[in-house]
Amino acid sequence: MSLDPVEQVARATPVTVAKKIRGLSDRAIAWIFVGPTILLLLAINIFPLIWTINLSFTNYKANRPNRPVEYVGLRNYERILNDSDIWLNMQATAHFLVWTIVFQVLIGFTLAWLINKKFKGNDLWTTIIVLPMMLSPAVVGNFWTFFYQPQIGLFNYVVGFFTGADPSSFEMLGSVDLAPWAIVIVDTWMWTPFVMLICLAGLRSIPNYIYEAAAIDRASKWRQFWTITLPMVLPFLMLAVLFRGIENFKMFDLVVQLTGGGPGSTTELASINLKREAFEKWRTGYSSAFAIILFVTVFGLASIYVKALNKVKER
Amino acid sequence: MKLQRLASAALILGTGYAASPVMADDLTLCWAAWDPANALVELSKDFEAQSGHNMSFEFVPWPNFADRMLNELNSGGKLCDLLIGDSQWIGGGAEAGHYVKLNDFFDSEKISMDDFAPATVYAYSTWPKGTPNYYALPAMGDANGWFYRKDWFEREDLKAEYKAATGNELGEPKSQKELMEIAKFFQEREIDGKKVYGASIFTERGSEGITMGATSALYPWGFKYENTPGKYDMEGAVNSPEAVEALEFYKGLYDCCTPPGYTDSYMGESLDAFKSGQVAMAMNWFAFFPGLYADPDTGGDKIDFFVNPPQNQAGSTLGGQGISVIRYSENQDASLEYIKWFAQPDVQAKWWSMGGYSAHNSVLNDPGFKDSQPFAGDFLVAMDAVQDFWQEPAYAELLLAMQKRLHDYVVADKGTAKEALDALIEDWTEVFEDEGKL
Repeated sequence: MSLDPVEQVARATPVTVAKKIRGLSDRAIAWIFVGPTILLLLAINIFPLIWTINLSFTNYKANRPNRPVEYVGLRNYERILNDSDIWLNMQATAHFLVWTIVFQVLIGFTLAWLINKKFKGNDLWTTIIVLPMMLSPAVVGNFWTFFYQPQIGLFNYVVGFFTGADPSSFEMLGSVDLAPWAIVIVDTWMWTPFVMLICLAGLRSIPNYIYEAAAIDRASKWRQFWTITLPMVLPFLMLAVLFRGIENFKMFDLVVQLTGGGPGSTTELASINLKREAFEKWRTGYSSAFAIILFVTVFGLASIYVKALNKVKER
Repeated sequence: MKLQRLASAALILGTGYAASPVMADDLTLCWAAWDPANALVELSKDFEAQSGHNMSFEFVPWPNFADRMLNELNSGGKLCDLLIGDSQWIGGGAEAGHYVKLNDFFDSEKISMDDFAPATVYAYSTWPKGTPNYYALPAMGDANGWFYRKDWFEREDLKAEYKAATGNELGEPKSQKELMEIAKFFQEREIDGKKVYGASIFTERGSEGITMGATSALYPWGFKYENTPGKYDMEGAVNSPEAVEALEFYKGLYDCCTPPGYTDSYMGESLDAFKSGQVAMAMNWFAFFPGLYADPDTGGDKIDFFVNPPQNQAGSTLGGQGISVIRYSENQDASLEYIKWFAQPDVQAKWWSMGGYSAHNSVLNDPGFKDSQPFAGDFLVAMDAVQDFWQEPAYAELLLAMQKRLHDYVVADKGTAKEALDALIEDWTEVFEDEGKL
């Protein structure tokens, strides 16, 4: 009688080893599999987080390893929360966050809605529209600085062409009033396609028979949009907002390339200031506290938002 | 025959020894990426030939230079054996132990700091300031100066128009206020069918640009960092009436006379503005002057140079760097060998001839020096009245605070000059308190 391969392996396994394996529960085996991943996560996520929290209560400076480290209690947190410049950074971040999301959702959804229609060249247009998000933020930031150049920039020229204004009469990146909008425009240009793609996935997931049933019930297009399209796309849209919100809360590269936080501190987003504090001024303790505040803020907001998202999905 | 063999063996041994020294090292020299760095690459070929060591270079663009190199030092990195670091880093480099102290080496090799221009030794080599504790050899003297379109200044129609408008002769400005007057004259003027602008000045926000530019106005007005040197008593010095007036002047110059879009401009933008024929005058470091003079479009007889004009006194913002040996280097002996070679008067003379600004007295005091380049005389004048930023170990914090306050006021129109300087004192006080110096 020939044995099947599994049986052969089982018989070939020494008794001592077989006993050991037999002794492992399912849970133990599960731990063996996930253990390395958990260890890795602890090493690269949890440990730095705990270490950062620890540093946030000190006056530690990474560029002065020889200087004695003192625990300063909540002083770093107190200084940050009482610093009017930090609040200006937060305002700049909020302005950037809110307006980029508003524009990206409106334009992204509209584009998705249009692209969802069947028309000739549909695929080509989709490809063209998603091109900006495939570029590196550093490259985008760099060439938009040229677009915004008052003397030779395409943007100023186009605005001048349509409004009759002298192209060199306004500075998108150098004006306190315009610079916050200049960064919103670039981020919207770059990331609207991302929102569009998510919305498109949502739109394409709506079965046609729902619209057919609505049409039989003589529901107008407008009514179909409000009662079928929007509610069914909403979870997708909210997901896009979550992704863009988290991304833009920690926006750094694009804005640094465009304005470097200027003019003055007009576009100095929280993450730009954090980088300056941590790696240019080397105030490690202070910047750790700042990082923790930002982390708690974005984590708290994201948690509330995810709960709302789940509620929408359950409806 | 035997004698012949012995002679051959001796010849082989002798030539072999000469061709390959006892130990050849690979040395890496770190500096900023700019014209003088290219000259140094050429110059260092002589060192390679003489010593047998191989030289590599790590040049970082200026806006990232401090960031990149200070991170390297702070992490104890071994990338650089030799570093030509900014003068302001000397305090941090010495106190944190990044730089090798060179006193014993200088003594043993008979390298005297008296052979170098005192201002450069003070600024680039000593810590604490002015004490005979040397952490670098002056490598590249530099100061912020000006250059202008000589061909425009010499045009009879423009000269007459300027005279009619101001009552003065159009020429190199003798004061800061005259500089602004000339800049205003050229602003938005049409020359050869093209709209041109008055001056390109430093307004960069991210690294050190606007500080280096604004101090070029502050120093001639008599700006001081402290009332008493070493006491950190800044109230009344940093925000003195003269300092306020100087800062208002710099903002005025920015508002009235710069090309549109130059809200974040530093060395590169200044050079671009001038070379593209946009501006009548531009500020920049003397280090760029050889390249500007050689430029086929705007150099030669179309350009001339002048020292940062005085106002209440003479004053120029100090640039330049010293060369230091990095403590974390595994090739310290070879690095010191390079410094010994670089300190030689003939090497220093060649350095100047190739576009590097030697700080060696044998070069600077040479009777032919002033006429060796059109900007050489100005360089000597500028170096006589240079003033530097804080060189404290916490210099980065001090600098970034000034960058913010100046940019907020000058470019972003936030508050007044007095408020900007008052806020700067608060920032600096906080830094010095953290440092335990106040």
